[in-house]
Amino acid sequence: MSALIEGLFNGISIGSVLLIAALGLAIVFGLMGVINLAHGELMMLGAYSTFVVQNVFKPLGEPWFELYILFSLPVAFIVSALVGLALERGVIRFLYGRPLETLLATWGVSLILRQFVRSVNWLLVISIAVFCLFFFGGMTILKRRSNWERIRNWAITILLVISSGIAIAVGFLIDRVGQIALTKPWFSARNVDVTAPTWLRGGLKVLGFQMPYARLFIIALTIICLLGVYWFLNRSTWGLRIRAVTQNRSMSACLGIPTAKVDALTFALGSGLAGIAGCAVSLLGSVGPNTGQNYIVDTFMVVVVGGVGNLFGTVVAGLSIGIINYLIGSGTLALIFTSMEGFKPLVDFFLFFATSSMAKVMVFALIIAFLQVKPAGLFPQKGRTAEL
Amino acid sequence: MSKLGRRKFLLYGSIGIGTSLLLKACGSSEEVSSSDGTTVSDSGEDTIKVGILHSLSGTMAISETTVVEAEKLAIEEINTAGGVLGKQIMAIEEDGASDWPTFAEKARKLIDKDKVATIFGCWTSASRKAVLPVFEEKNHMLWYPVQYEGQECSKNIFYTGAAPNQQIEPAVDWLLSNKGKEFFLVGSDYVFPRTANTIIKEQLKAKGGKTVGEDYLPLGDTEVTPIITKIKAALPNGGVIFNSLNGDSNVAFFKQMQGAGLTPDKYPVMSVSIAEEEVRQIGTEYLKGHYAAWNYFQTVESPQNDQFVTAFKNKYGEDRVTNDPMEAAYIMVYLWKQAVEQAGTTDLEAVRKAAIGQEFDAPEGKVKMHPNHHISKTVRIGQVRDDGLFDIVWSTQRPLDPIPWNQYVPQTKGYGCDWTDPNKGGKYKVEGV
Repeated sequence: MSALIEGLFNGISIGSVLLIAALGLAIVFGLMGVINLAHGELMMLGAYSTFVVQNVFKPLGEPWFELYILFSLPVAFIVSALVGLALERGVIRFLYGRPLETLLATWGVSLILRQFVRSVNWLLVISIAVFCLFFFGGMTILKRRSNWERIRNWAITILLVISSGIAIAVGFLIDRVGQIALTKPWFSARNVDVTAPTWLRGGLKVLGFQMPYARLFIIALTIICLLGVYWFLNRSTWGLRIRAVTQNRSMSACLGIPTAKVDALTFALGSGLAGIAGCAVSLLGSVGPNTGQNYIVDTFMVVVVGGVGNLFGTVVAGLSIGIINYLIGSGTLALIFTSMEGFKPLVDFFLFFATSSMAKVMVFALIIAFLQVKPAGLFPQKGRTAEL
Repeated sequence: MSKLGRRKFLLYGSIGIGTSLLLKACGSSEEVSSSDGTTVSDSGEDTIKVGILHSLSGTMAISETTVVEAEKLAIEEINTAGGVLGKQIMAIEEDGASDWPTFAEKARKLIDKDKVATIFGCWTSASRKAVLPVFEEKNHMLWYPVQYEGQECSKNIFYTGAAPNQQIEPAVDWLLSNKGKEFFLVGSDYVFPRTANTIIKEQLKAKGGKTVGEDYLPLGDTEVTPIITKIKAALPNGGVIFNSLNGDSNVAFFKQMQGAGLTPDKYPVMSVSIAEEEVRQIGTEYLKGHYAAWNYFQTVESPQNDQFVTAFKNKYGEDRVTNDPMEAAYIMVYLWKQAVEQAGTTDLEAVRKAAIGQEFDAPEGKVKMHPNHHISKTVRIGQVRDDGLFDIVWSTQRPLDPIPWNQYVPQTKGYGCDWTDPNKGGKYKVEGV
């Protein structure tokens, strides 16, 4: 009995990590149809936000430091949501309905983000800030002119050249002054160390085994996020608009829904959820520039198996992949068949797959087989799919 | 949705170029400052060129850049002291980019185009295996600084990291007599952990220990719940865990071990890939009380080590730590220098001959180059303490002689390696074994 509960708990805890990582993608890829390969990097940014919040809270002393994780959740959400917003406004909105280009562009963005956290320092941040100040400031001023439409193209080009020139010059100037503190990278390429507060270390002893607090926390967080997203999509005005736009974009636009705003908001929401996921996985694993890469394949797998455009499918897919992965990988399945007579070859078969890397092979094989039978996932959308 | 016009295309293109220029401007200034001090002025015949071939980018860059720093430190010290044969050493750095074919290509470039006297390089066994054919073809010379799985003995490589009998085997012996007979083996899924675990299993069989389970995690994977379940099932009352995980998986492994209640007093973990640098990244809270086996720890007490640590911190910063591969990289530059001085020339055959028998008072203790191109090394076991450094709990009295061909594995039992005798070479049957 206790073994059964332990197995179930472990399976669910693996599944909840998959689920929380995939939740943001279920919105971005599932509802909007954007193949966002930078999703993992948005998670990574969430994890780095957790690291920064942790370091801010460290000098505050004991009672505060214990609570840093609760503050890092909204910070991670906001940071990732803002980056997601910039990504949507800056890149993705030009590429709706062109999945291949989106794929390449977001892959590029993921490389940029990874390199950004490796090399970000004050110098870089100041240069970028100066660039943005002059470029966007200049644009706002020029936009007031009556002949803006006419001068638009060359004005932007000139602004671009001027502001990048100034930014580079400022960068060089600061570099010459030679402040070491300014050119020292914030994080560098090394992994950083996120330490869970004491109340999330250790675990709860039940029925002879220990439930890690970090896992319980992630399961609770996943449930809260799920309920929040469900409420937002089905009970709020913006949620209604999002659903309307995903179902029929042109009809919604005719009815006066600001589709561009809805797109931006949806994307930001999905990105913010990735940030929360990043905060959650920092309790379990490492935080480094490549953190996101470890999750990106799994998240797409969950969304595809669940059925694109269906939140409920994502939940079922996440949990079942988690449980199956655990049952095979931990050798529990082999153990079950050992107790029955006449299943010798089957036991050997499962024992062969009872290592972590082989379990992954088996799960992927099962998913491929499953998608042959149900190409649209567990819960395919009925009727006409959303047009973009 | 929107068609890109020519104007727009130009606009976005220039944005892209502008941004990349901006990034480059900030990036390049960094590179210039970091390579200061090592590129000694090239004045024709007054310099000896050597190659440094490590990953400066990609996943391995984190580890390999520290080794490059140690090599540059040694070169700088030698140059300040007057150089080799009265000439200054000039280091030519190439980036292997964590990509094994690139390593081979860059090795070829260093040998053919730059005509270097020798090359210091590589970290992973995969990169070493990739460059080996190049060095054999050109009959050139590589110095390799990292502990590895053994089962190799090339005429063209000098190995200054530990062979298995200088790290893994003493660690297993120590665990057997101090921590328990039942072992669970965990490793990343590639050549080093699999070979190491083969050796450990054979050794346990020979010494009366027992392997109760083994598992391999794909590189970079962070989900270790199934492994923890298996450990608990196989060792319900505690036992030894032998860990050869590499990289990110270590963080996940130790964090989740603690969450599941597997503590170092009942489940001590012996790691062979975690040194001072990694401890800082994983977090001392999770590692405290666990063990690691190396030849060198920063906490080794000797005047040579004090000098090495001080020199390193002065050059690279007070908050930096030194570790085993860095120390091995540091001493191999000195061993090469001594060999060149004894040979009186940088001629490859002469240096190869002179290198054998070279002794050096290294930070880890005395080391000596053996005819099998490996060096004798002291073995130490350390326990992680509060400040992230290691308490040395055990060490061998004397340096152990290297045995590249493993004597527990049936396929290589009874084989040896001796490059001083033309009849013996890289793999010969030892008489009377």
